[in-house]
Amino acid sequence: MTTTTVTGTRRRSWSAGQIVLTALGAAVSAVLLAPLLWALFTSLKSETESVEVPTHWLPEKWTGQAWSGIFETGNIIDWFVNSLVVSVCVTAVVLLVSSLAGYGFARTEFRGKGLLMGIVMAGLMISPAVLGVPLFTTVQQMGMVDTYWGMILPQCAPAAMVYILYKFFQGVPRELEEAAFIDGAGRWRVFFTIILPLSRPSLAAVGIFTFISSWNNFLWPYMVTNNPDLMTMPNGIATVMNSYGIQWSQLMAGGLLAGLPLIVVFVFFQRQIVAGVAHTGLAGQ
Amino acid sequence: MTTTSAETVVRRPARARAAAAGAAVRRKQGLQHGGWFVAPFLLLFALFVIWPLLRGVWLSFTDANISGDGARFVGLANYREALDDPLMWDALGHSAFFTLLVVPCIAVLAFLLAMLAHHIERGTWLWRLCFFLPFLLPSTVAGNLWQWLFNPGNGMVNHVFGLDTPWLTDKSYAMLAVVICTLWWTVGFSFLLYLAALQGIPAHLYEAARLDGANAWHRMVHITLPMLRNITGLVIALQILASLQVFDQAVVMMDFTTGPEDSTRTFVQYTLEQGFTSYRVGYASAISIIFFVLIAAVALGRMWLLRNREEGGR
Repeated sequence: MTTTTVTGTRRRSWSAGQIVLTALGAAVSAVLLAPLLWALFTSLKSETESVEVPTHWLPEKWTGQAWSGIFETGNIIDWFVNSLVVSVCVTAVVLLVSSLAGYGFARTEFRGKGLLMGIVMAGLMISPAVLGVPLFTTVQQMGMVDTYWGMILPQCAPAAMVYILYKFFQGVPRELEEAAFIDGAGRWRVFFTIILPLSRPSLAAVGIFTFISSWNNFLWPYMVTNNPDLMTMPNGIATVMNSYGIQWSQLMAGGLLAGLPLIVVFVFFQRQIVAGVAHTGLAGQ
Repeated sequence: MTTTSAETVVRRPARARAAAAGAAVRRKQGLQHGGWFVAPFLLLFALFVIWPLLRGVWLSFTDANISGDGARFVGLANYREALDDPLMWDALGHSAFFTLLVVPCIAVLAFLLAMLAHHIERGTWLWRLCFFLPFLLPSTVAGNLWQWLFNPGNGMVNHVFGLDTPWLTDKSYAMLAVVICTLWWTVGFSFLLYLAALQGIPAHLYEAARLDGANAWHRMVHITLPMLRNITGLVIALQILASLQVFDQAVVMMDFTTGPEDSTRTFVQYTLEQGFTSYRVGYASAISIIFFVLIAAVALGRMWLLRNREEGGR
């Protein structure tokens, strides 16, 4: 009993180098987190206190006014739901189509595969930021401006995710598949019962990064929605909450609320995300 | 050699042989129908990537407006106009300037943060969370937050550092303010890539070096840095592509304007102004295509570099 405690403490002893590094880490974290704390404190001040000069860190009078304010006025709940619907749909579709496509390109043969793969790779360079205007007119022609479809579908063809999964599937030993073929399984069954379960870490990474980028996507929803009821969180906060004289406490509360779901996701799935990044070499170095 | 394999075939029960043959046939069938796996993705890809690209190329030769009616073919007129358009060159200059500032800073900072998190023995998850956290905010929230931090009069940045800098209202500081916001917001992503790469370096390399009497500096220069060369290439390429497309945080920080004396008007913002404010879809498409060619040149340049390096390494 005593001996274990002794070895335990010995293993935990702080070397000088570790103390310096930890202090440095804490200092860096403080710098990186300070803006977030400032947002939190601002959101807990009254609007008049938040713009007082000289400014001060902590609220003199703590109040939840800004937080209740954003729920009472405006449609932040709609935006939250919209964001959730859009990001969940985008993530589900992307996971399905890009894992199928990644497998198709990695492990099956069909006419024109090389050419198609090349075209998909060219898609890595195209984004709504680059081709926003023609993409908008295309979606407009399909009659999908100011609809969920218009927000969701254009986010569902990410060449990068196909590429990550393609790289991963290439590394799966062929013997696993062969064995299943000998047992009489078809392509689709092999894919769903053997390949997909094996690729859980990569799928998790792809899914989480898709969710993050979709939840945080501003430019495309900004272009394709005008109706405040249809806006997503980043979009609504940036345009509507900014439009009639900024109320800083409310703006900070809204911003924190927009960031909260992802912070929760990250805290819970941190290990999978980091493993996924390592596992897939994210986009293949 | 041949006899052994013949023996195995002979010894193998007939049923298994039949099953194997069946599997081979099925496999061939599966291969033939492989196209179905990629079909759903290709459909979405064709509709929302390829078609808009082709459409953009077509529109760039017309004088189309936002309603899409009555577009006339105007040949290269849009491109000719673009090359003489000082506002386009300014916008391109702003995006390029932003990229030049952000990319090296991100690479260095992300590397340093990753080294720090990698070498602290305790609480790895905590450092990872702290360094990655800002990236989890939407870009617009990051923009609003820094707009508030740089606010003239009661901004926290000036307050803490005892400055009186007109961050958002003077053209010599405005883009710098956007850069600072971006560094804070995105460094976490590259940090995570570096951290994963550091953790992937085999420990036996360091042990061998230690046995050979290499000190920490030598291990860093001769093992860590060379092993991180690939990830550095990736971080830089991804950052260049993302930074050239900067838009969100810049417009939010500047209240959806183009900043003091138009100093933060980015290329993306200019294309959107042309398309959605001036309704000149044809012209906006032309400058988008120019932008696309630029982005493609960067991406192809990276591929060319990678290939050269691989050939050089052999």
